[in-house]
Amino acid sequence: MTFEKFLFYFFAAMVIFAGLMLITRRNPVYSALFLVLAFFNAAGLWMLMEAEFLAITLVLVYVGAVMVLFLFVVMMLDINVAEMKPGCFITYLPVGILIALTMVVEMVMVVGPNHFGLDIYASPVPHAPGYSNTGELGSMLYTIYMYPFEIAAVILLVAIVAAIGLTLRRRPDTKSQNPSKQVLVKRDDRLRVVKMPSESKMELK
Amino acid sequence: MEAITNFLVSFPTEFPVLWILVRIVVIVLPLMLAVAYFTYAERKIIGYMQVRLGPNRVGPKGWLQPIADAVKLMFKEIIIPSGANKFLFVLAPMLALGPALAAWAVLPFDDGMVLTDINAGLLYILALTSVAVYGVIIAGWVSNSKYAFLGAIRSAAQIVSYEIAMGFALVGVLVAAGSLNLSDIVRAQEGGLLHWFWLPLLPLFVIYFISGVAETNRAPFDVAEGESEIVAGFHVEYSGMTFAVFFLAEYANMILISALTALMFLGGWLSPFQGSFMESWFTWVPGIIWFFLKILIFGFLFLWFRATFPRYRYDQIMRLGWKVFIPITIVWILVVAVAVVYKFPIWFD
Amino acid sequence: MLEGYLPILVFLGVGTFIGAAAIAIGFILGPHRPDSEKLSPYECGFEAFEDTRMKFDVRYYLVAILFIIFDLEIAFLFPWAVVLAEIGIVGLMAMAVFLGILVVGFIYEWKKGALEWE
Repeated sequence: MTFEKFLFYFFAAMVIFAGLMLITRRNPVYSALFLVLAFFNAAGLWMLMEAEFLAITLVLVYVGAVMVLFLFVVMMLDINVAEMKPGCFITYLPVGILIALTMVVEMVMVVGPNHFGLDIYASPVPHAPGYSNTGELGSMLYTIYMYPFEIAAVILLVAIVAAIGLTLRRRPDTKSQNPSKQVLVKRDDRLRVVKMPSESKMELK
Repeated sequence: MEAITNFLVSFPTEFPVLWILVRIVVIVLPLMLAVAYFTYAERKIIGYMQVRLGPNRVGPKGWLQPIADAVKLMFKEIIIPSGANKFLFVLAPMLALGPALAAWAVLPFDDGMVLTDINAGLLYILALTSVAVYGVIIAGWVSNSKYAFLGAIRSAAQIVSYEIAMGFALVGVLVAAGSLNLSDIVRAQEGGLLHWFWLPLLPLFVIYFISGVAETNRAPFDVAEGESEIVAGFHVEYSGMTFAVFFLAEYANMILISALTALMFLGGWLSPFQGSFMESWFTWVPGIIWFFLKILIFGFLFLWFRATFPRYRYDQIMRLGWKVFIPITIVWILVVAVAVVYKFPIWFD
Repeated sequence: MLEGYLPILVFLGVGTFIGAAAIAIGFILGPHRPDSEKLSPYECGFEAFEDTRMKFDVRYYLVAILFIIFDLEIAFLFPWAVVLAEIGIVGLMAMAVFLGILVVGFIYEWKKGALEWE
């Protein structure tokens, strides 16, 4: 067993371990943190395949951004863990098994031994230290694959609009300052000098 | 048996792990010392700025103060609040410190003087910065305290907001240098003071450094700690060495941001007199000295900011990040891109 | 190429170890005299009024979602920036369109007031 193989099995085992912990934890915060662990080890696996850009981007985008959102949501949920009964596990079990089976069948169809393996794909040649697959990716993505790239921009635009549509709420009850209004205010807007005839002396009774 | 020997032999032999460890220690030990004395410098410098003396009791002129502080913290009780998950509670400060140290793996101190010269260096740095937020989030959540939670949420939202501005600024540097490798980025600035990227990328330079201040939760962006409103923010429940590790992480991050700014905008190890008539006078100065001097400039700025500026309000922080920095960086990226494509002299020809 | 990442793996290990060692020293040298008052969450000397988990302004979620989108954008910009000098004007145009579409989104969120903190 070489050191690389050892690393592969280590990362792979950690991914599976983290995945198992993720679905068995009762508290969603722990689940989310195990998902982070799984992402890290998946990044390690991708790195072993010399996909440095993808591996680091996985950490950057999924660990650094997506999971932060998940944690935000999950941490602020007012969940009382003790109240959750294991009963619902049984209720949803048939549906769960059905989905799991579908996934397994699909995965076998896609990455089954007929389509995948060393006799079909030659094992990748290790690249020289100076090799940059970021550059390789760039020279393809923005020229040959320009159309899908622009579509990605449109999808991100839709995501922006959707996020705002779903979450933006105006709060009428907030008391905020408007500096420009404060500066522009004139004396006449605030102060009224009223001229009144002076009153005659009251007579003491 | 054969498998085990195979395994040991295939341990990268031409690059033994032991040798790597030695080099890491050579980087980390001075770094930890620098962090310790950075705290001393902070107290001294802010002291003088506020017409005080700062620490001057422990050792000559207070030189041993950071050591005394460290020893004191070692002997303090580590209190883990009831209802907190012990493992996560202890893990959080480690998550804050780890990335701040590990980023130094790709920083070049001089031409060729770098632990590992990977191609995706800058991407790696950005990924590590984005991971550092976990220490804050986990600490705030696991402490089971309202102040800690408030501080963590505020801090996390602030860090992610400024990370975008920071990322865009990095992209600008990348466009100008055409490489993700930090040594290549420095080499692209060859040619003296005016060739460094601070000049063609001036808006990005300013934005990067200010975002760096916000990322490290330093004054004037320290609403996460906000001692006058939420006591100490996310680390209010941390005591003894667990607090010390958070503290170390903050100062290590400040030094890291200073070093990165120096590398990307002030030409790292390059001499400022390159190309001028004074170049020959300073050839004896090793590149690493220039690099350290540049780090010191930014380190000093961090402290100066803290002594000078009052704290921003939270809505002002968010407005600055989203409405000022992001538009400017997007525009400047396109400006730099046009300059690079049309080989604008003197920087991009 | 992989041998360049071995030091990083080791460094990540060392970074974690330093934190762990520091905390371990604290546990070994420091006293342990817990009592229920000491271990209760800090709340300026009061008993805790209510549960720590509270409802937060939805804006924080919005910031996190927008952050994901912009982070992805940055991920797209990185390879582009590296090869810009080679792909030249074609690459520049491709990215100008990409950023243009996203700037539309940015202007939308600005005008909608998604970036306001009241």
